[in-house]
Amino acid sequence: MSGGTSSKEPPHGFQLRVVQEVLLALLAKEAAHGYQLRALLQRALGPLAEVLNAGHVYVTLNRLDKAGLVTSQRVGQADRPDRKVYELTAAGRERVTEWLGDTSWPKPAPAEFHLKLVAAAEAGLGDPERLVDTQRHAVLAELAAVQRAALAEPDGSAAGLLLEGVVLRLQADLHWLETCARYWTVRKGSA
Amino acid sequence: MTIVDPLPGEDQVLRAHELRKEYGTGTGLVRAVDGVDLAVTAGETLAVMGASGSGKSTLLHLLGGLERPSGGEVWLAGRRVDTMTEKELALLRRKAIGFVFQAFHLMDELTAVENIELPALLAGDSPRAARRGAGELLERVGLSDRAGHLPTELSGGQRQRVAIARALINQPLVVFADEPTGNLDSAATTEVLRLLDSLHTAGQTLVIVTHDSRIAATADRLISMRDGGFVEETRLRHGSGRMVGELAGLEG
Repeated sequence: MSGGTSSKEPPHGFQLRVVQEVLLALLAKEAAHGYQLRALLQRALGPLAEVLNAGHVYVTLNRLDKAGLVTSQRVGQADRPDRKVYELTAAGRERVTEWLGDTSWPKPAPAEFHLKLVAAAEAGLGDPERLVDTQRHAVLAELAAVQRAALAEPDGSAAGLLLEGVVLRLQADLHWLETCARYWTVRKGSA
Repeated sequence: MTIVDPLPGEDQVLRAHELRKEYGTGTGLVRAVDGVDLAVTAGETLAVMGASGSGKSTLLHLLGGLERPSGGEVWLAGRRVDTMTEKELALLRRKAIGFVFQAFHLMDELTAVENIELPALLAGDSPRAARRGAGELLERVGLSDRAGHLPTELSGGQRQRVAIARALINQPLVVFADEPTGNLDSAATTEVLRLLDSLHTAGQTLVIVTHDSRIAATADRLISMRDGGFVEETRLRHGSGRMVGELAGLEG
């Protein structure tokens, strides 16, 4: 795990594409400190928060500030450095509304593998059944990793819900691979 | 019967060599298992996947001494299984092996705790010791409050958990499971999944035949079978947080 770094923009570490929107939305009810927003994200992501780049939230908040989507105010603390409190601007609120209404969704993309099987069979480059077997094992290795993380989550955990989403998508892929195997087995039998 | 310890320096609890099983003759000859070599390490969970007719269930029956091979060898903890007499095999199955089936195979007229303790009684344990062991296992599978229930009064997931407890009562060297979630819905599958995972953590050696990808994904090692032979083998690594993050939509 590489999550523990605190430098501003380390080359490694995971990003959340929509972290801007998430932070804005989390500020919609009331102003908050960066660390409060970070804690909320960590709860929602559970074990996945460990791979999130630690400085990501603060870097993003600075960007949002410069873009006029939030304003920040320094608040002095008695025995520690000042903290910034962030507040949503009207432009930021508009961006949140847009985001909530946006229905874009990650696309399943089986075309490449499908064409790989067709091409391999057509050109006699390899046995499609074998390609399916190998691919299935690769996806099962991914499922194993995700499922282990999911089983480690207590009942009712928000992060568990996220992991279940990943498990179900991988199962759908495996289901399709099984269908591919049946199709190519029949083909081979009749060839 | 004494179970001989694995050879010194080896922790292979189960081994098969050139294992074959044929049915029929002439043009009707079916090679259900066709020259399989396999070694299972103590504490390992092995999953065997394959379409129906791939030979995976037959393989499990050969490994567990339920069927005799047409050729090859099966060794369990240093003892050759395939050449045993019926009596020796029966003893082996009773004491050293646990079975879990798709259809549970519980005795309908016995309560949960009675089903679980039965193999212990058959193996010669005192009723008191058998009941104590069954009670502990009920707790382990999370069904202490169902001890006096008949199988018909239990859900599918609960029945399979009772069946798994029964498979464990004689502290078997290996538990064989044949499609343990084949009759279960998604929620009950999760129950069984958690249980199998906890057995694995506790060091139980497990050989599971399944076409359920979630069950297969709990294994240390995964083997795919087709036409009676192994076609693909993978060690499933569980560690990578980065892999999980990427799959969940976090970007590297």
